[in-house]
Amino acid sequence: MYTAEFAYKKATSVAEAIQLLQQHPEAKLLAGGHSLIPAMKLRLAAPPALIDISKVAELRGVRREGDTLVVGAMTTYRELETSDLLKAHCPLIPQAVYHIGDPMVRAKGTIGGSLAHADPAADLPASMLALGAKMKIQGPSGARVVEADQFFTGMFSTALQEGEILTEIHLPIRPGARMAYAKFPHPASRSAVVGVAVVVDGTEVRAAVTGAGEHAMRLTKLEQALAGKPLTTENISAACQGLLAPDHLNHDLVASREYRAHLVDVMAKRALMQAAGL
Amino acid sequence: MANKLFGKAMKRVEDPRFITGTGHYTDDMTLPGMVEAAMVRSPYAHARIKKIDASKALTHPGVLAVITGQEMKDAGINSIPTGWLHPGIKTPPHYAITFDKARHVGDIVAAVIAENRQIAEDAAQLVEVDYEPLPAVALGSDALKPGAPAVHDDVPDNVCFTWSIGDKAAVDAAFASAHKTVKLTLRNNRLVPNAMEPRASLAQYLKASDEYTLWTTSQNPHIHRLLIAAFIMGIPEHKLRVIAPDVGGGFGSKIYQYPEEIIVLYAAKKLGRPVKWTARRSESFVTDSHGRDHETVAEMAVDQNGKITAVRVDTIANMGAYLTTFAPAVPTYLYGCLLAGTYTTPHIYCHVTAPFTHTTPVDAYRGAGRPEATYLLERLVDVMAHELGMDPVEFRRKNLIPPDAFPYQTPVALQYDSGNYEANLDKALQMVGYQELRRQQAELRKQGRYLGIGVITFIEACGLAPSALVGSLGAQAGQWESALVRVMPTGKVEVFTGTHSHGQGHETAFAQVVADELQIPVEDVVIVHGDTGRMPYGWGSYGSRSAPTGLSAIVLATRKIVDKAKKIAAHLLEASPDDIVHEDGKFMVKGVPDKAKSFFDIALMAHLAHNYPADLEPGLEATHFYDPKNFVFPFGTHIAVVEVDPDTGKVKLLRYLSVDDCGPVINPLIADGQVHGGIAQGLGQALLEEAVYDKEGQILSGNFLEYTLPRADDMVQIEHDHTVTPCPHNPLGIKGIGEAGTIASTAAVANAVMDALRPFGIVHLDMPYTPEKVWRAIHGSKPVAQAAD
Repeated sequence: MYTAEFAYKKATSVAEAIQLLQQHPEAKLLAGGHSLIPAMKLRLAAPPALIDISKVAELRGVRREGDTLVVGAMTTYRELETSDLLKAHCPLIPQAVYHIGDPMVRAKGTIGGSLAHADPAADLPASMLALGAKMKIQGPSGARVVEADQFFTGMFSTALQEGEILTEIHLPIRPGARMAYAKFPHPASRSAVVGVAVVVDGTEVRAAVTGAGEHAMRLTKLEQALAGKPLTTENISAACQGLLAPDHLNHDLVASREYRAHLVDVMAKRALMQAAGL
Repeated sequence: MANKLFGKAMKRVEDPRFITGTGHYTDDMTLPGMVEAAMVRSPYAHARIKKIDASKALTHPGVLAVITGQEMKDAGINSIPTGWLHPGIKTPPHYAITFDKARHVGDIVAAVIAENRQIAEDAAQLVEVDYEPLPAVALGSDALKPGAPAVHDDVPDNVCFTWSIGDKAAVDAAFASAHKTVKLTLRNNRLVPNAMEPRASLAQYLKASDEYTLWTTSQNPHIHRLLIAAFIMGIPEHKLRVIAPDVGGGFGSKIYQYPEEIIVLYAAKKLGRPVKWTARRSESFVTDSHGRDHETVAEMAVDQNGKITAVRVDTIANMGAYLTTFAPAVPTYLYGCLLAGTYTTPHIYCHVTAPFTHTTPVDAYRGAGRPEATYLLERLVDVMAHELGMDPVEFRRKNLIPPDAFPYQTPVALQYDSGNYEANLDKALQMVGYQELRRQQAELRKQGRYLGIGVITFIEACGLAPSALVGSLGAQAGQWESALVRVMPTGKVEVFTGTHSHGQGHETAFAQVVADELQIPVEDVVIVHGDTGRMPYGWGSYGSRSAPTGLSAIVLATRKIVDKAKKIAAHLLEASPDDIVHEDGKFMVKGVPDKAKSFFDIALMAHLAHNYPADLEPGLEATHFYDPKNFVFPFGTHIAVVEVDPDTGKVKLLRYLSVDDCGPVINPLIADGQVHGGIAQGLGQALLEEAVYDKEGQILSGNFLEYTLPRADDMVQIEHDHTVTPCPHNPLGIKGIGEAGTIASTAAVANAVMDALRPFGIVHLDMPYTPEKVWRAIHGSKPVAQAAD
């Protein structure tokens, strides 16, 4: 179907985007458009205005600031996939991005668009949690930084307030950390039925899952079970058992709650085995 | 005669325009003054329409009309008929726009015509329909239960028809005295056709001449013209021209007469402006006729020598809410008659009950009945082989129809004209390295890895069809095919065919054959199709009929051209026509190569007629109507190798090999492409695709986020070869290849998956083999829920 009528505004700076948001209170920000436009064409969403921030130069690219990699919110998947900085310091992101959509989607889709949309089946939220990313948010009253753990608050909902824009993602550089992402893709949409990201940083194991519940979440049971333990096949197998109770998990034609819970165990194990080089 | 191009892998002449986006599809057309339609569709599977209030929509700027079913009925527009009748069949009306009740999600309740599509779609949301939702039934067997909601008031038990074939008493006796029997209860999953190009229609009415033109996404424009003229709208047949321009895939779904074509024709006359409608993909999901959807109990009996003695089948074939054009033929003659397969089974009985349900109509989808027959037969064969402790290949070999048995009369009406099944099987086994594969499988099982090998042999009946035969079986149509070959004064040739190419590459393959027959450059030949205003009457393309039936007509027409050309040459060369030979592109006096005329010389003189035989008509064109003597019977062996991941239940295809026998291959590039695409579609049914309805008749997999089509990474590089057993009764010995891949691959993949799961004691699972279903079967936990709760 065609979308309902809407106004189209193009921002050239973050400041202008914030201003436009104030002028058009019901407006939606347009990034890569791969979630928003289909929703509008199905008339599940009918915002009166779109504010296009995809070409705001200050929101694009990956740079290093001390011990942190700063990723602009409008950096495309393709740019993440091919970023030398990410490949060197945060290979989890290029690995996870490789599994998103197809080359056309990756050429348009952006990290900020995906994180702000907070689709429960999106790939990158799990990596954000496992890496301990921080989200820089700008709004009419200035800038603030939110921990990834506090950013995802529900199905399609985040800590972003009315009028605010997610502008940067800050990824801590973890020298020597090993990381991996294991995904069970939905056969049709190829989104994550379950995707588990793990970061093994010294004796600390950080793990998070996407697709399983209303929003991406840390696998604290797994993290605790493996804390301080050597990553052997036996330890990993023993730890990856019943990580999440099925009761509150998502369910659809492809995966019941029970099967999803089982897939969380399997994907967690596969991610850990890969990170541990086993 | 030297066959220069027959067998050559010529690149398709169609491809440059399709690849560069310069094809010309119905939706690409814009006519002066054109307006557009949007349909108001029922969100309910079953509801009484109490009131339609179009007042808001009509005041929306740019809206020209809101058309209801009552209005069209009052204007004398009739119901859409089906094209195949069985004794006792119930054919309740199917109006383009329903006015009493909605009978499936997507049933049209009103049509909005507006200045453009944006306005039409906005206004469609403003049409207020007061529905009284009613109980609905989606599953065929549920529709047959006492007290099930009736889809049509005049068919209270929902039984559209029952049908049977074979000698029941003989079959029952064979089962009673069998050495061993097996029984499977199986579901053949419902599929959505998903042609790449959504359906579209554009209608124009010219008041001055009282003539209509309909551009539409059709596999068979003459059938539309006939149905619209003779049954639905009463337009005199010569006042309606139907054009099917470039069409992006059909797979059967574009055979049928759909409501939207009637609506745009009606609206074009009412408004005096051309009216276009193009389906949204979400409309395609609920309105393009679906495929398959059988619930079957299938049984097989063998004697102590491992010879199959009988097959007994009882099927419930869901028809959906209305009968579309070929629906009654699909689960009957195209299904029950195929249950002999490649085997010598002496006794077969098949009984079919076809209920109406509150779902999208079900009709032919690539293979149409034959994939359903092949699937159940080849599943039975594998299960029986296992029961007997025999290798499934050896069990097949024991039961194959031997090469000296042709023509072979099956117990289910068909007489196979030719075949050489065992040689074909052996070639495939050798190519795949069957014994080595079995050894690897045993090895891997020891390591906890589950390889599955599925081998199937198949037969299909295609090249539709001998007209008198199908007429006696209920077809309301002929099934011969026409060709008109027109040679122009400059020696260029137009060939008009009644078949239609919507992906099959006729413009290339047919031109190759014409160029050979006339011994002229292929560039001098153009194949024209898809326009009732340009070509003789024809029945279109489906049932793998275009080459065996359509091209046979073309070949016989070209031979008339050659015969006439010889007479002209004889006159010019002052020789007897009997002494003229057609060689090396020339017509020459036998043994006197200097005395020769070129095709161009003949073509020119046929038109000038200055120096011309007194008893011969000028001009050089010929028509041929070809009615085949029998179906054609392609066959083959397909082998799938899969691995099942026991941790997730995910099935991965590792190898796929096919050895097809479609007779002599005209263009291997095109034939192989047909096989590849067909295999992918069949694999889709086995592993990925299913139109899932909930109890209320809502489709749960009505978009590409939920309905899984195969993608490139679901496939492997297909290993493919042919054997060649020519058809004995058509001019080139050719058979069809368009459906073979789909007919074979579903069964091959199914048998491979079940073979992989054998160590878990699993005998049968219904398709599609989705990861959770396989995982649950392996872990023997709960039965899989039909749908999300």
